[in-house]
Amino acid sequence: MGAQLRVYRQKIKSAKTTKKITRAMELIAASRIQKAQQRVAASLPYSRAVTRAVSGVATFSNVDHVLTTEPEKIERAAIVIFSSDRGLAGAFNTNVLREAEELATLLQSQGREVVYYLVGRKSVGYFGFRKRAYEQSWIGETENPVFETAKEIGDAVVAKFLQPASEGGVDEIHIVYNRFISMLTQSPEVVRLLPLEIVEGVEPPAENEVLPLYEFEPEASDVLDALLPVYIESRIFNAMLQSAASKHAATQKAMKSASDNADKLIDTYTRLANNARQSEITQQISEIVGGADALSSAKK
Amino acid sequence: MAELKVSVVSADHEVWSGAAKQIIARTTEGEIGILPGHEPILAILSAGEVRVTTMDGNVITATASDGFLSVEHNVVTVVSRQAELV
Repeated sequence: MGAQLRVYRQKIKSAKTTKKITRAMELIAASRIQKAQQRVAASLPYSRAVTRAVSGVATFSNVDHVLTTEPEKIERAAIVIFSSDRGLAGAFNTNVLREAEELATLLQSQGREVVYYLVGRKSVGYFGFRKRAYEQSWIGETENPVFETAKEIGDAVVAKFLQPASEGGVDEIHIVYNRFISMLTQSPEVVRLLPLEIVEGVEPPAENEVLPLYEFEPEASDVLDALLPVYIESRIFNAMLQSAASKHAATQKAMKSASDNADKLIDTYTRLANNARQSEITQQISEIVGGADALSSAKK
Repeated sequence: MAELKVSVVSADHEVWSGAAKQIIARTTEGEIGILPGHEPILAILSAGEVRVTTMDGNVITATASDGFLSVEHNVVTVVSRQAELV
């Protein structure tokens, strides 16, 4: 076998092996999206109830709560970045990190200091490589988020928020995550968690629907005290679940195009290999014919 | 008779939902019983049980702590990070 032909055959073989892997990953991701989507759907009643209650209290009580009032001067802002633990998901992590960078630049141009909270190994790696500081990180379970982690993150950011700015506290909290829109589209999103902005974020009440005039037990401010951390947690948990679903969708898409690419490569190299084989045969024939000619003319 | 529409939800799923005659829960102020037609209320739950009497008289008990209870127009929502049926 000629050298050229052997090279092509090797390339075909390697593309085939790669394709096997990417195809498997594609199928795995596809089956996981469903589960992740179901988890997003299952967590909806909770976040809906919490959001509704928070808007109820915030709208119908005149309490001035730290978590809802806009501070006069914002010195420091926190950004919570939701990335994934593993790569091979196309632009998934790049998108969310770019979005976070843009937000940070914007905040810094307004004279605010930015502190980061990172979720997922990829963002930790990104910060580590650039030797940049971050406040805290959570890794290892972005594929299958548990509520305890959301609670931990929520506690950490709310504690930081309640600290006065002079002691290193933050005045603003943003989250950046990939929102799962459909199997094909996931878009990075920035949401300001604190101070509360759009309370009725999940489902705006219908035109003629009025939020009920609640009685509170105990006091309205105590209820708000208890509710807001719960609200923050549920938003964070929701972001984690959305991010997990988006990650699987992004992986599936990336792996699908990788498999398609491998197919294309295999096609191209098979053609080239055929060409090489054919020209090898042609050459051999012409050599034989030439040799036979030379022999027969030598006999005469 | 009017009925209450009750749903008990925890952070990652809906634990129970259905119609009920009465619901009893323990708030930070003490036990509270809710019948159809109750005024809108938002109460913080303390550790304890939530007892739901369904339309056919069965009692469903759920543990719910660390959450809240809201009532509005005969819709009762018990929200807790960890709610479980007993």
